[in-house]
Amino acid sequence: MRDAQFVETQYFTFAHPPHELILKSGVKLGPVTLAYETYGQLNADKTNAILIFHALTGDAHAAGCHKDAKDPGWWDPMIGPGKAFDTDKYFIICANILGGCKGSTGPSSINPMTGKPYGLNFPVITIEDMVISQKYLIDHLGIKKLLAASGGSMGGLMALEWSVRFPDTLQSAILIATNYKHTAQQIALHEVARQAIMSDPHWNKGDYYGRELPAQGMSVSRMIGHITYMSERSMEEKFGRKLQGKEKVGYDFSHDFEVENYLKYRGKSFVQRFDANSYLYLSKALDYFDLSEDTDLVGAFKDVKTKFLIITFTSDWLYPSYQSKDIVKAMKANDVDVSFIEINTSYGHDSFLVEIDGQSKLVSDFLKCVKGPIANNCECPA
Amino acid sequence: MRTTVSVRHEDLRHRNQINMRIDHKYIIEMIELNSRVLDLGCGNGELLSLVMKHKNCRAAGIEIDEKAIYKCVERGVSVSHGDIDSGLADYSDKRFDYVILNESLQEVLNPEKVIAEALRVGKKAIVGIPNFCNLNARLQIFFLGRVPVTKGLPYKWYNTPNLRFLSIKDFRNFCAERSITIERECAIANQKEIPFGHNLFSDIALFLIHK
Repeated sequence: MRDAQFVETQYFTFAHPPHELILKSGVKLGPVTLAYETYGQLNADKTNAILIFHALTGDAHAAGCHKDAKDPGWWDPMIGPGKAFDTDKYFIICANILGGCKGSTGPSSINPMTGKPYGLNFPVITIEDMVISQKYLIDHLGIKKLLAASGGSMGGLMALEWSVRFPDTLQSAILIATNYKHTAQQIALHEVARQAIMSDPHWNKGDYYGRELPAQGMSVSRMIGHITYMSERSMEEKFGRKLQGKEKVGYDFSHDFEVENYLKYRGKSFVQRFDANSYLYLSKALDYFDLSEDTDLVGAFKDVKTKFLIITFTSDWLYPSYQSKDIVKAMKANDVDVSFIEINTSYGHDSFLVEIDGQSKLVSDFLKCVKGPIANNCECPA
Repeated sequence: MRTTVSVRHEDLRHRNQINMRIDHKYIIEMIELNSRVLDLGCGNGELLSLVMKHKNCRAAGIEIDEKAIYKCVERGVSVSHGDIDSGLADYSDKRFDYVILNESLQEVLNPEKVIAEALRVGKKAIVGIPNFCNLNARLQIFFLGRVPVTKGLPYKWYNTPNLRFLSIKDFRNFCAERSITIERECAIANQKEIPFGHNLFSDIALFLIHK
């Protein structure tokens, strides 16, 4: 079992001055470090590489276990030997996104100009900037064309952006529970989460490093997030009106219900594992993204050559299916090869992390039929 | 809804033809090499995968049943999860050489609109229908006084997915009234194409049409 082996995070630093990364905003940023992990072996002609993009608060540790760590990576049920992203066949890469706080350059990184964490001096970044930074990594690894790119939620959005920005470098993409622009409701939910952080006095205009953290604000923002990741039904099934550690309600403002306790726990653990400023930057990047901003959506896919599998979930009200259907429609208008499925499940937006059986079958079957350099190995019956 | 369909599908399989269904065999014959094909209600993708293999076609399907979508992806058939009635608006005019509506027309809410749309996005359409008025059905109605259950229509009144009941003649009239040309009519009874008496003897019929 390869699962028993440990995986390690690696680091790639580029865009050293004076060759900084020029961001969409026009601001220069450099040097830039990306933390990344790889699983499986890159074949001799470098044609079996699959890039996985993580979601908003994810990291490069997608699969396997770190030494001395208890829990495996965030998409371990999907990535490994014999799994959907089969590491016996494919070389899987996952990098922490630009602006993140898990080893890649972000607001909590040291600003080389000042020797202190960037904080709010970190430039505003976009989904496009994140994708471009990962192109540097793929070039560094000597990969000219990815067999596939995939991700759920924000990760799906990045895979979509890659297909539009670098159409010649991507054979296929699997987009899960994603969209192409944020709606007013999605922006509004993010704004409440951001305001929760920014109204915490300990946030201190982003300058809290080495001091007390804006724990209360972060905790509340994560509670909001978690509500949006579940569905009404999944919350009802998981918690209902069950009480936490008591027989009857207390008629005070202590925690009565299990769901209250769960959200509090999630909020608290988030403070330990994530950076408040990163959350602000990344959520803003999501809100800024609009694939149809320069043209209509049909025009955006004009040069796309990638073969797509798009998966949505019936109970996902954060990134509802109709948004992916709009993508499918625009792709079809451009003669793009696309398959679309809406999986019936009650897990809400989180389904891409927990609804493994259906996704595994779809992903592994789809990857087998991706035409191109590995066509000789194609097990596709057609 | 789909569970009873498999019974009939087994029945349609032509054992001598490497297990290929007889209706599939004739549909594939109607399609020219290297065409672009859209299958409305493509089910598990069996027909499209054969069309891709035997006629080197670029193919896409639309299917409403989630389980069937998994089978399509397994077969390497590009498929969209959705209903036929609304799925055609995504395509521009004459995008496909052939649009297939096999055993699906009788299940759609608005067949007239679907045929019109099929002939808009496709240069030609291939329509497969069960014959509601073959001799067996007529005899059942006449002598038993009951809604017929036949090879082409194996359901009872309470579990049929069919919303529309039509005969070969009905479909011919439908086409004539709309100036739709029937290029080829293939009527099948007992696993074979029959040369005459289409409306009286066939279980199912396939039409290659264009406008």
